[in-house]
Amino acid sequence: MRVALFVTCVNDAVYPATGIATVELLERLGVTVDFPAGQTCCGQPAFNTGYRRETLPLVRRTLHAFQGYTHVVTPSGSCAAMVRRHYPELAGAAGAELATRTYELTEFLVDVLGVVDVGACFPHRVTYHPSCHGARLLGLGDRAHRLLTAVKGLELVELPGADECCGFGGTFAVKNPQVSTAMGRDKTASALATGAQVLCGADNSCLMHLGGLLRRQDAPLRTLHIAEILNSTEEKPRP
Amino acid sequence: MTPPEPRACHTPQSSRGRILARVRAAVAGAPEAPEPARDHLASHAPGDPADLADLLHANLADYRAVVHRTDGPGLPALIARLLADHGARSVAVPDGLPDHWLGDADAERRTDEEPLTTRRLDETDAVVTGCALAIAETGTIVLDGGPGQGRRALSLIPDLHICVVRAPGQIVASVPQALPLLDPARPLTWISGPSATSDIELDRVEGVHGPRRLEAVLLTGAQR
Amino acid sequence: MRRSTTPAHGAAPVHLGMPSFPRAAAEAVHDRTLRANLRHATHTIREKRAGAVAELDDWDRLREAGKRIKDHTLRHLDRYLEQLEEAVTGAGGAVHWAEDAAEANRIVTALVKQTGEREVVKVKSMATQEIGLNEALRAEGIAAYETDLAELIVQLGDDRPSHILVPAIHRNRGEIRDIFADRMGRWGRPAPEGLGDDPRELAEAARLHLREKFLRARVAVSGANFMVAETGTLVVVESEGNGRMCLTLPETLISVVGIEKTVPTWRDLEVFLQTLPRSSTAERMNPYTSMWTGTAAARARDGDGPRTFHLVLLDNGRTGVLADDVGRQALRCIRCSACLNVCPVYERAGGHAYGSVYPGPIGAILSPQLRGIGSDIDASLPYASSLCGACFEVCPVAIDIPEVLVHLRERVADRGGAGRRLEKAAVKAAGWLLDHPGALAAVERTASRTRALLPNRPPGAGAWTAERELPELPPEPFRDWWRKNRT
Repeated sequence: MRVALFVTCVNDAVYPATGIATVELLERLGVTVDFPAGQTCCGQPAFNTGYRRETLPLVRRTLHAFQGYTHVVTPSGSCAAMVRRHYPELAGAAGAELATRTYELTEFLVDVLGVVDVGACFPHRVTYHPSCHGARLLGLGDRAHRLLTAVKGLELVELPGADECCGFGGTFAVKNPQVSTAMGRDKTASALATGAQVLCGADNSCLMHLGGLLRRQDAPLRTLHIAEILNSTEEKPRP
Repeated sequence: MTPPEPRACHTPQSSRGRILARVRAAVAGAPEAPEPARDHLASHAPGDPADLADLLHANLADYRAVVHRTDGPGLPALIARLLADHGARSVAVPDGLPDHWLGDADAERRTDEEPLTTRRLDETDAVVTGCALAIAETGTIVLDGGPGQGRRALSLIPDLHICVVRAPGQIVASVPQALPLLDPARPLTWISGPSATSDIELDRVEGVHGPRRLEAVLLTGAQR
Repeated sequence: MRRSTTPAHGAAPVHLGMPSFPRAAAEAVHDRTLRANLRHATHTIREKRAGAVAELDDWDRLREAGKRIKDHTLRHLDRYLEQLEEAVTGAGGAVHWAEDAAEANRIVTALVKQTGEREVVKVKSMATQEIGLNEALRAEGIAAYETDLAELIVQLGDDRPSHILVPAIHRNRGEIRDIFADRMGRWGRPAPEGLGDDPRELAEAARLHLREKFLRARVAVSGANFMVAETGTLVVVESEGNGRMCLTLPETLISVVGIEKTVPTWRDLEVFLQTLPRSSTAERMNPYTSMWTGTAAARARDGDGPRTFHLVLLDNGRTGVLADDVGRQALRCIRCSACLNVCPVYERAGGHAYGSVYPGPIGAILSPQLRGIGSDIDASLPYASSLCGACFEVCPVAIDIPEVLVHLRERVADRGGAGRRLEKAAVKAAGWLLDHPGALAAVERTASRTRALLPNRPPGAGAWTAERELPELPPEPFRDWWRKNRT
């Protein structure tokens, strides 16, 4: 199977390790990965801030970049939701068509590849924050839990109030910084109380916010994208 | 559902005319709204009448109504006891209440033939009424001012409301089953437990302005 | 006293000098008592609501039915309003039409004056708060007494409501005790000596304080949850019995109701009487629901209910909302407040930060539509959300609040203005860069290579870095890794 990786702009510039882990993980599972170089950003930041006109060139660019692939896989629930939820309205039939081919990573693993145990090993205590767009707009449900539970050595601890927003919210994080960080601190407090060593998520933008709060507090908890945990094996462990 | 035919426009100079004109302009060209599917359930409750009475009982009790069961012959004694237990010395009697319901009661009966004033009702300890129907899944009793139910003020001002529901005859399963049986031209009061508030810290507290005690009597078996 | 003023736009009052949402919210976030009160209350009701909803297997179908009934009504609102008017008039009521707050207040004031009374009792009503009726009546020497427990707390405390269902949600029992003890005497019967802070005791104090007002009241003012066009029936859903008192005992009843509260048929109530109680107070059914049709009861049975009934149909910006293809769904709202109780922003910011009688997610889409986006607060409300979608999930009439928020952000962005110029330039610059992958790669590469030189808290990034670290930049962007390792 050949898929196109939609790495997303945030992962490209700030979290390449997530993109690399996604590539290696998919290849380990027998998938051939392409990276169409024309891709940049799905347009969500501009769209959600009220700049619809400025979004359209990015939508066209994304449509063009992923032409011809039966599966487009992205390690971001939020960007997958942008495509699935808004592209049909922003780009008509072509947008609707790309929406049907676009998969968030955990969704692709569980639904398309049909795997839950990806052969990973990560002997740490982990708690999982399901980001809002993945949970509510894509309906990812317990896919991440099933994947993480199957990871060798991984102890998954429930995050109390997991379904509550972390407070990132794109430009919300800087337009309403006090409320954003208040939400984030409640989330990091819940995560810290679990005693986990790793706060895992499937959206690096949320983890950027939570990780930023945790590092400012010098908290004994780090954030990690689920792709990097699933790409950690006994032969090549992720520290 | 089909909306009613448009009427002749009143003078557009009035507020009425201007509001209606704005409404028309606002929706002109809007897509037709699809017909509601109405595929929701007519009832969430079991079909057996005996089960319905149990469900009503449980749901009334869940919201702090006190529920009793008796048959026709036992009713007067039960009402008398409930009035006595609450120390009720006077009881409002709605028009059309069966005489014998209060046959054993010691409390002073205050009939509404000459309408009881609001002040007089405020000095009355209790009221006994029947009802129009009751809804099992929500634990609701509906009064419609029919015989034995009285004016709305009667079942509102006295602090103790004893309400008799004929079971199974007056019990329906659900809200969708209740509405077709009710006449909107009558004043309707839906009662689900005693007066309550959640206004302080969103914790439910029973007893504010309406009757603070609701004693519901399910009248089963022989009704006389 | 609630200070308010009617803005040039002409709709609902904006609280005077109301700062933008982020500034107002920033204060609330640091109020520990407020945060604790809100957290306790919203979490309590949130879980109860989920339980009450889970009891109904057909919740999704009820939600869809409610949405469609409202959409259909709105699509033909002119005809249903005319039908409603005819039915109410036929049942002995009088119908008045008010284009805006000022007209509604004039109508109600004149009707009260006609009775010769100087005081009215009020059932909790969002519409009368929206138009500032109490202030308008007071200016004409008429005292309006709020009778809902929470509204009483707000009124006695010279406060503003901060929640649709529970206007005093920002107050805890201790604060309420103090308000009752200090203020009840000024308005009527004082609080009992040695009043404690047990909610039961507080409810009892309210009962005693208000009873004398109910018994002597000759005029009542209410809103309504629903108006049935085919029958002319009005419905008020409540808990405490203050509604029954107001709707039953006075001789004159004046109901001020937004035009969007219309439903076509009696049968339609079967949907909303199932979804509203479970969504708002998380009950299978609220303790009391009153339904009346004109003055039929007073005429048919001597003395049952008010002899005179006036219905004031209120526009006040609603027809403007109706004209917006995306925004009109806000008019489906049945004011259950489920969206407030699940909103993480509301929980931290509190209701007052929204600068409107409609706080929370629904307020963030309703206020800027009813009032326009001319003020700081109204232009900032569409951004008062992380777009997490919890509100949409619980809405019993399926209002896609995030969709409307983004739509209103477009309106604010389009309007431009001083505050937006920089943002627009930034969006355009980013847009250009993101549309030129070669340039983007160069920028990413430069940033990565010079990362050691970049400051941890660069100027202009204060909104992020005041409480958060910026992420460390990687040695190279993903696209460079790909080029080196996979091509």
